[in-house]
Amino acid sequence: MNLVDIVFYFFAVIIVASAAVVVLSKNIMYSAFSLLFTFFGVAGIYVLLNADFIAVTQLMIYIGGILVLIIFGVMLTTKITGLEMKTGITGKAQYAIGGLSTLVLGGTLIYVFNSTSWFKSPSVPTTSTVEAIGASLLTNYLLPFEAASVLLLLAMIGAALIARRK
Amino acid sequence: MSIGLNHYLILSAILFSLGIFAVISRKNAIMVLMGLELVLNSANINFIAFAKFGGMNIDGHIAAIFVIILAAAEAAIALAIVLNIYQNYKHVNVDEIDKLKE
Repeated sequence: MNLVDIVFYFFAVIIVASAAVVVLSKNIMYSAFSLLFTFFGVAGIYVLLNADFIAVTQLMIYIGGILVLIIFGVMLTTKITGLEMKTGITGKAQYAIGGLSTLVLGGTLIYVFNSTSWFKSPSVPTTSTVEAIGASLLTNYLLPFEAASVLLLLAMIGAALIARRK
Repeated sequence: MSIGLNHYLILSAILFSLGIFAVISRKNAIMVLMGLELVLNSANINFIAFAKFGGMNIDGHIAAIFVIILAAAEAAIALAIVLNIYQNYKHVNVDEIDKLKE
């Protein structure tokens, strides 16, 4: 085992264990905080994959933005002092069928991933990806970039309009 | 056996399955949202992994950035809707919400 293997397995264990807590925990607050470790683990995987800019974006947007938003949502829609923190499942039958279909889905995905012979190019040495991403966003992807900015503006106005107390 | 493309793909498959399971089985609307975030993260891992093992192609990174942008917009809108539902129903259990308006 070299260092890359150890780091990969470290982050993989963090991701899978904390995602399992997110999915299986009865207490919604535990789920929300466990999601933090999942996002951190995914950011670590990005660093391992030479995606420095995406890793920082993950930290800033997912952990600094979306996770805070989700925790706000949890706090505003559950009664912290009561037993309402516990969230149930939709039903025993749905739980069983959902678990079964999820296992089938995951097994199929893993089988497909393993049995496909992916194209692999020889690894190229890379430095920072920020410059390439910036150049690409302002040349090839200029229209989607502008569309994304309009989308974010719409989302901001829409969220403020929907959540406003009447 | 050193870490290759398949390891990342299997990790993302496990994360995807867990997210789908949360979406299917949980009652609370915010738990469903958390499951969605797991699914989007697993898709992002795939994008970045293919970008690296396909010769450090930057297009995968751009796709991942757009996925993150969409996730942020989706979380904001969805939580606004969830807060509205809470004002009307006093709970956010997705299996008991069956009316679009009072």
